[in-house]
Amino acid sequence: MTESQARLETKIKTTSLNFYYGAVQALFDVSIDVPAGQVTALIGPSGCGKSTYLRTLNRMNDIIDGTRVEGQVLIDGKNIYSHDTDVVLLRKRIGMVFQKSTPFPKSIFDNIAFGPRIHGVRKRAELNDIVERSLKRSALWDEVKDRMNENAMGLSGGQQQRLCIARALAVDPEILLMDEPASALDPRSTAKVEDLIAELRGSYTIVIVTHNMQQASRVSDYTAFFFEGRIIEFDTTQVIFTHPEEKQTEDYITGRFG
Amino acid sequence: MKASRTAFRKVWDKAFVSIVLLLSILSIVPLFLIFFHIFKEGFSSITPGFFVNLPKPVGEPGGGIANALVGSGLLVLVACILALPVGIAVGVFLAEARTNLFSTSVRLSMEVLQGMPSIVIGIIAYLWVVKPMGTFSALSGSVALAIMMLPVIVRTTEETLRLVPRSLKEVSLALGAPYYLTVLRVVLPAGISGIVTGILISVARIAGETAPLLFTAFGNPFMNTNLLKPVNSLPLIIFNYAISPYDDWHALAWGASFVLIVLVLALNLLSKVISHRFRVEF
Ligand SMILES: Nc1ncnc2c1ncn2[C@@H]1O[C@H](COP(=O)(O)OP(=O)(O)OP(=O)(O)O)[C@@H](O)[C@H]1O
Ligand SMILES: [Mg+2]
Repeated sequence: MTESQARLETKIKTTSLNFYYGAVQALFDVSIDVPAGQVTALIGPSGCGKSTYLRTLNRMNDIIDGTRVEGQVLIDGKNIYSHDTDVVLLRKRIGMVFQKSTPFPKSIFDNIAFGPRIHGVRKRAELNDIVERSLKRSALWDEVKDRMNENAMGLSGGQQQRLCIARALAVDPEILLMDEPASALDPRSTAKVEDLIAELRGSYTIVIVTHNMQQASRVSDYTAFFFEGRIIEFDTTQVIFTHPEEKQTEDYITGRFG
Repeated sequence: MKASRTAFRKVWDKAFVSIVLLLSILSIVPLFLIFFHIFKEGFSSITPGFFVNLPKPVGEPGGGIANALVGSGLLVLVACILALPVGIAVGVFLAEARTNLFSTSVRLSMEVLQGMPSIVIGIIAYLWVVKPMGTFSALSGSVALAIMMLPVIVRTTEETLRLVPRSLKEVSLALGAPYYLTVLRVVLPAGISGIVTGILISVARIAGETAPLLFTAFGNPFMNTNLLKPVNSLPLIIFNYAISPYDDWHALAWGASFVLIVLVLALNLLSKVISHRFRVEF
C-alpha cells in the first residue's frame, strides 16, 4: 500500500471475503479498501472472480441459488451483510452497469425514469429534470433529446450502454459498479464511455471490471489484480502498471499469461 | 452390386418422401371436410335475425341464437375474471420460484389438471357450486370453465416469463426496485404478449366446451344475464338442437356451429398475430 492511498477515505472495505457458489469457492480471503471518489479497476484472467467480487458489493449474488458469503463488506463503515441491512436501499445507493447493455423494452424516457419512479418520484416536472440531468451526465442528451418517446431498443449499442449508465445515475447513487461496460462496444463508443468515466470520477466511487489493460491504465486510479479468486496485488494504477511487486501481476499486464 | 444398392436407396428415398407428403396431405383433409360441411349446412342459417332472435318453438321460422351468444360471452367473461388473476399469479410463481417440492407439486398439479376430462370438471363444479346453491347457474358454468382455463394460462405465463432474460430483472433489482415491483413493472410487461396469447388460446379452448356446462350452466331457452340463473351457450345450443328430431332445429345447430367455429378460428388467428407482432425480443 502506498502512502497516497492511506490518506484517502475508504468507501468500500472488504475484509477476508470468501464467496461460494454452492460447494465451489469463487473468492478466497479478499481484502481491499476501495477509496472514495476514485476509479478502481479490477483486472485478471477470465474466471478469476472479478464479476463475482463486484456483485458481492451490491448483494446481487443474493438472487443466485445456493450462494454463500463469509467475511465482511463495509460500505461507509457499515457491514452490508448484517441482518438489519435493507437490500433495496443498499442497491439504490449503488448503481450497476452490466457488460451487455440491457435497456428495458420501454421508451428512452421511461428507462431513465424507471428508478426515480420506483423510489417515489411522481411529479412530471421533477422526472423531466432528473431524466435530462442524467442523460447530460452520461453525454447522451444531445443525441436523444428529440426522441425521448422512442423505444430504447432502437438505440445503437454505444448509446444503449450510455443509456444504462444514465439510468443508473438517475437514482443518484454514491457508488457505480461497472462490469466490462465497454467490452461489447466499438472503439469510438468505448472512448465515449471512458470519457464519461473520467467525468464521473470524483462525484462517484467507481469500481470497473475490464479486460483491456490500456483501458484500466487510462481510466483508473487504483487497480486490483485478481487471480483464481484471490487478490494478488492492489495498488495505485501507476504502481501496478509500472513496477508491480508481484511477478504474476507483471506477467499478466505484459500479456505473458491470462 | 454397388450400383443396384444405390438405385435401391434412391427409390426408397423417393418412396419415403412421397409417403410422408401423402400422409401430411391426408392429415389436413378432415379439417377441410369439417369446414366444408359446416359452411354448406350452416351458412344458410346465417341471417341478421339469427344473431338477434331467441330460439323459437318447432315449426316457427326465424329462430336465433341471441341467448346462446350472450350466455357464452357471459360464461367466458366470468371464467376469465376468475381464472386470470390466479393463473397469472401461479405462472409468475412457477417462473420465479426455486425448484423445490412445493413448486414441483404445483407444476405437476397443473399438468394433471390440463389432462383432466372436461366432464369430470363439470361434475366437480356441480358438486362445489350447483349443489350448495341449489340451482344451475351461469356462475357454476364459469367456475368449470375457469378450472379448464387455468392450466393453459399458467403454462403460457410461465413459459413466456422464462424467456424474459435474467439480466433485465437484475437491472431492475440493481436500481433498488423491490422484488414485487420488478415482477410487476419489468417481468410481466416484457412478457405481456405471450400472456395475452395464452389467454386467447385458453378462451378459444373453452368457448367450445360442452361437457362442463351440461350440469352447471345447464342451458336456458330464454335470454338471461343473471349469473345466478342458468344460461344458454353456443355449445349447449348446438348439443340440444343437434340431438333433437327436428330438421329446422338441426339447421339452427349447423348455423350455431358455423358461428362457433368462426369465433374460435378468429381467436386463434388473433393470438397468432399478437404473438408474432409483439413477441418477446431481446
Ligand atoms: N452462477 C454461477 N454458478 C456457479 N459458478 C459460477 C457462477 N458464476 C460464476 N461462477 C464461477 O465462479 C468463478 C468466477 O467467475 P466470475 O464470473 O466472477 O469470473 P470473472 O473474473 O468475472 O470472469 P470473466 O472475465 O470471464 O467475466 C468462475 O470459475 C465461474 O465459473
Ligand atoms: Mg465477469
